[in-house]
Amino acid sequence: MGFGDLSYDVAHLLGGAMLLISFVLLYQRRIFALVNALALQGGFLALAALWQAYVQAAPQLYVTAAIALIAKGILIPIYLRRMVTQLPPARRAEPASGIGASMIAGFLLVGLSILVVLPATSGARALAREDLAIALSIVLLGLLMMVTRRSALAQIAGLMTLENGLVLGAVGVAGMPLVVELSTAGLVLVIAVIAGIFARVLHERFESLDTSVLDPHRGEGS
Amino acid sequence: MTLWLILTPVLGAALCAALPRHAARLNILASAITLLLAVLLLGAPPAEGWLRADALNTPLVLIAAIVGFSTAIFSAQDIAHDGFDVPRSRAYHAAFQGFMAAHFLALLADNLGIMWVAIEAGTLACVLMVALHRTPAAIEAAWKFFILCGVGIALALFGLIVLALAAQPVAGHPGGHAEGQLSFIALRALAARADPNLLNLAFVFLLVGFGTKAGLVPMHSWLPDAHAEGPTPIAAVLSGLLLNAAMLAILRGKSIVAAHPDTIPPGIFLMVLGFVTLLLAGFSLWRRRDAKRLFGWSSIEHMGIVAIAFGTGGVAGHMAGLLHLWGHSLIKSAAFFAIGRAARIKGGQHMAAIGGLATSHPALGWGLALAMAALAGLPPFSLFASEVLLATALAGQAPWLVPLLLLGLLVAGTALLHAMQRLCFGLPTPQPLPLGAGLATLLPLWAHLLLAMILCLAMPATLSRMLLDAARLLS
Repeated sequence: MGFGDLSYDVAHLLGGAMLLISFVLLYQRRIFALVNALALQGGFLALAALWQAYVQAAPQLYVTAAIALIAKGILIPIYLRRMVTQLPPARRAEPASGIGASMIAGFLLVGLSILVVLPATSGARALAREDLAIALSIVLLGLLMMVTRRSALAQIAGLMTLENGLVLGAVGVAGMPLVVELSTAGLVLVIAVIAGIFARVLHERFESLDTSVLDPHRGEGS
Repeated sequence: MTLWLILTPVLGAALCAALPRHAARLNILASAITLLLAVLLLGAPPAEGWLRADALNTPLVLIAAIVGFSTAIFSAQDIAHDGFDVPRSRAYHAAFQGFMAAHFLALLADNLGIMWVAIEAGTLACVLMVALHRTPAAIEAAWKFFILCGVGIALALFGLIVLALAAQPVAGHPGGHAEGQLSFIALRALAARADPNLLNLAFVFLLVGFGTKAGLVPMHSWLPDAHAEGPTPIAAVLSGLLLNAAMLAILRGKSIVAAHPDTIPPGIFLMVLGFVTLLLAGFSLWRRRDAKRLFGWSSIEHMGIVAIAFGTGGVAGHMAGLLHLWGHSLIKSAAFFAIGRAARIKGGQHMAAIGGLATSHPALGWGLALAMAALAGLPPFSLFASEVLLATALAGQAPWLVPLLLLGLLVAGTALLHAMQRLCFGLPTPQPLPLGAGLATLLPLWAHLLLAMILCLAMPATLSRMLLDAARLLS
């Protein structure tokens, strides 16, 4: 198997598309659009895994692609959508705040991950290293999203996009055992369900999905 | 045998879910069988395969089984006061056994990927149990636990991916070795020929990721809340078991990365985090007003000590770290049994509400006092032995750091002794309910204290040999 120019370019294209969607997630305030973007990112992840399976002639990656499509492209978004529809319309969007700052921080994080990964991986295959840089960018953007957003659902979306970045990195490396990938996918589903249960409890208890309502209950309540 | 250690709690979880009315008794039964298996494992020959029992993890398995068994006994009494309805009681007991299964899998799995999955599964079980009280504070604690550990564990997975990438060029054909590529043993053998830059990168992510779970500063903030707001038995297994699994993961990452001569020595990272953790936790212990949070912070402090010990390295440093992990599991779970019962008796877990315990309930009060003295590092408990060992090991490697270590130990130790005086001695505070200490608390409490004393004064030959073997394996 050879790594021609095409395999390289397509892998970059798909990874780049995922990264772009991460930026969409970063600024999107309406929860419905957020879930749609997440589903789209899951779809691109499935395509990226499919492409790697074809290029690397690694049959187990087809399974990864199928899992990504079913879990991240279909099941989790459907589940999150159902949760959003149960919310009153007023809670389906977050108050806008500081988009510019978080976008700039996002750009800086992408730069940071390229600066960290590329020199460190000079010995590895070019395909793997640049995929890893994109993957780390997506992971860091997911982190940023979890830090800057206050809605519980947006934080869950951040965690999910972070996992997408991890899987993108894993398929690029082609070294993760199938068992691990299967169980990881299972865990992500469980995480989504647990997060959903939490969000519901939060909503019932505090009539809000804004996690800042939790702050007064923190620490040593006197 | 190793497989049954994992399957027994899985079966236990299924039975607890199927028969919620007998769940508490089934929980004890399953834990007793696991304890028996763990004791038998001690004498069994080292197992090979995807589950490996070696000198490093076998004692941790035994400690986990002991803590699991005594926590099951304690929880049968403690949970009865919570007044859980049938679904919640079912969820609690099934999650408890599920957590035990995940913990044994995390300790025994040779494949680092499976270890990662197991630690994450165990964490999710704990998150559910922490949220069970459904109070606003419990939901806040569980959400923080969930989000922080979710992020942490994701970073750890990224570290594992980088580790796999580093091993790939030296492991031969990428597809052919896929199953063996994350094997701890294989990685250790390959690491010396891998790319040092990638190994450095991998270790940073592994340390931050699993360090979150181990409660190292600055990723510690979930820990006191999760300990304080969940049911007390969960605090006992969180401190006694989950932190050990996270530390073992860091230790495995360290020993892989350290196998390459050109990497930045991973011990330095561990030592810096360890000292920051020890000092911050030591001073924070002085400001605690909630008794369960006090012990949560004390767990952070002890994880800092363990990180310093593993960072110091060498046979003595690793021995000190491992011994400290064993001792901490036993003593901290004992302390949680005592303080959990005391909070029930006095009707609140605020330190101001609990006082004069040794006068009103001598067996419980003195047990708590001894456990706190042991946590403060006083003899004749094994934490004293491991702290002395650590100080001597550190004096050999970096003598100028010894005063800093002693300062940290002193600040934390005096804070605990000060708290001990307030909780156990003086005039007894009023007691709303006519409750006694109860055998289900006293037996596990004193048994743990006795075991920790045996670890210090007369360690069984099998265990001391394993300790030495494990330390040699690591250094």
